[in-house]
Amino acid sequence: MAQVRLPTALVTLFPGTPRRLVLPGETVAGVLASLEEQVPGIHDRLFASRLEIREHIRIFVDGEAAGLATPVPPRSTVDVVLAVSGG
Amino acid sequence: MPRVLLMVGTKKGAFLLESDETRRDWSIRGPFCEGFEIRDVTYDPSDGAIYAAATSSWFGHAVFRSPDLGETWTHSSEGLAYGDDRPKLTRVWNVTPAHGAVFAGVEPAGLFRSDDAGATWHHIEGLTNHPSREGWFPGNGGLILHTVVPHPTDPDRMWVGASSVGVFETTDGGVNWTPRNKGVRQDYNPGEPLEVGSCVHKFALAAGSNQTLYQQNHCGVYRSDDGGAHWTEITGSLPSEFGFVLGVHPRDPQTAWVLPLTAPEKGRFTPDAKAAVWRTRNGGGSWERLSDGLPQQNAWLSVLREAMGVDTLERPGVYFGAQSGQVFASADEGESWREIASYLPAIASVDVAVIAG
Repeated sequence: MAQVRLPTALVTLFPGTPRRLVLPGETVAGVLASLEEQVPGIHDRLFASRLEIREHIRIFVDGEAAGLATPVPPRSTVDVVLAVSGG
Repeated sequence: MPRVLLMVGTKKGAFLLESDETRRDWSIRGPFCEGFEIRDVTYDPSDGAIYAAATSSWFGHAVFRSPDLGETWTHSSEGLAYGDDRPKLTRVWNVTPAHGAVFAGVEPAGLFRSDDAGATWHHIEGLTNHPSREGWFPGNGGLILHTVVPHPTDPDRMWVGASSVGVFETTDGGVNWTPRNKGVRQDYNPGEPLEVGSCVHKFALAAGSNQTLYQQNHCGVYRSDDGGAHWTEITGSLPSEFGFVLGVHPRDPQTAWVLPLTAPEKGRFTPDAKAAVWRTRNGGGSWERLSDGLPQQNAWLSVLREAMGVDTLERPGVYFGAQSGQVFASADEGESWREIASYLPAIASVDVAVIAG
């Protein structure tokens, strides 16, 4: 299980969603799939296509830039960050 | 007493302005759909919902819906995509409810339909797969499907408009489409005008008609009396053939409003730095300049295609919004104007609904 931290601008789109969740997943893709199960519809806000995170969103695992295939060790932190290039 | 609801789409969310039938004092609420660029906001009288065509550089595109005049909002883009093996859908430009469905015009130009109030969408393939598709080239704003005009009574019939492509009509619910651009100039193309390649900016059905259409094009203003099969130019005395917005009277098919702008190479501003709306009362036979209350000096206003609305009150009000953030309102068909909002983010759309109080 990993702690997932979401930006305010994202959770605002899904009223009642906490900024921090604990979710299962062995990779970033797995964690985000778990996130979609908890927050239906959030996948479309994070992904530009089925396998591609949106251009102006960044994922970090324990502070390191990550891709969908990046492993997520137990008790790690997954941050979803809005890139300064967006907005 | 009826409420007049002005829905304004801006670069930084949607705003709702509200007044009563006097249209004198206005309250402002917003921004809604924060963080999203809103290209169109519209009201569905069948269920009282507001829809917003939204795009965010962080979160992509979606259609927002409020069932309660802005108190709460949901959004969805489920199905609002061409598929992983096709070009990415980049922006929603128009949302139009009609005959129990909701339609979305998008970029790259295409049409989507929802039959569940925007929760899910499916692609109207017939338009995207039109035989002329290879000849569709983007205009300055992109390759965008920006206008959807439903037939008033026939749910299988509608017209759509795409920049630099033109007007298309379907009579079978979107399976087949026919270009409707004969008679419209394409001065930017050498040779004779092409079947597609007309740069329609905005068009609308005249009141009480299912055949008479008005069009503001890149190359003039036009009228058709046969459902778009043929267009006749009615630019006449307008100070510029170029402009974006077009408004039609809710009951008089002979009355329409446009807002001419200087040519693209001159900046797309209000001519001579003086804001004016022009009105025809005779179907385009002649035009009159209306500017009482509009700025008449140092006013280089830019008004985008979706940014004019006309209400349905006995003496219709006319409204437009500028990219510089002002909203102007007339309660007397354009005879006089007031600035009712001054500091909104850049405005892309203005629509208006009269709601029972």
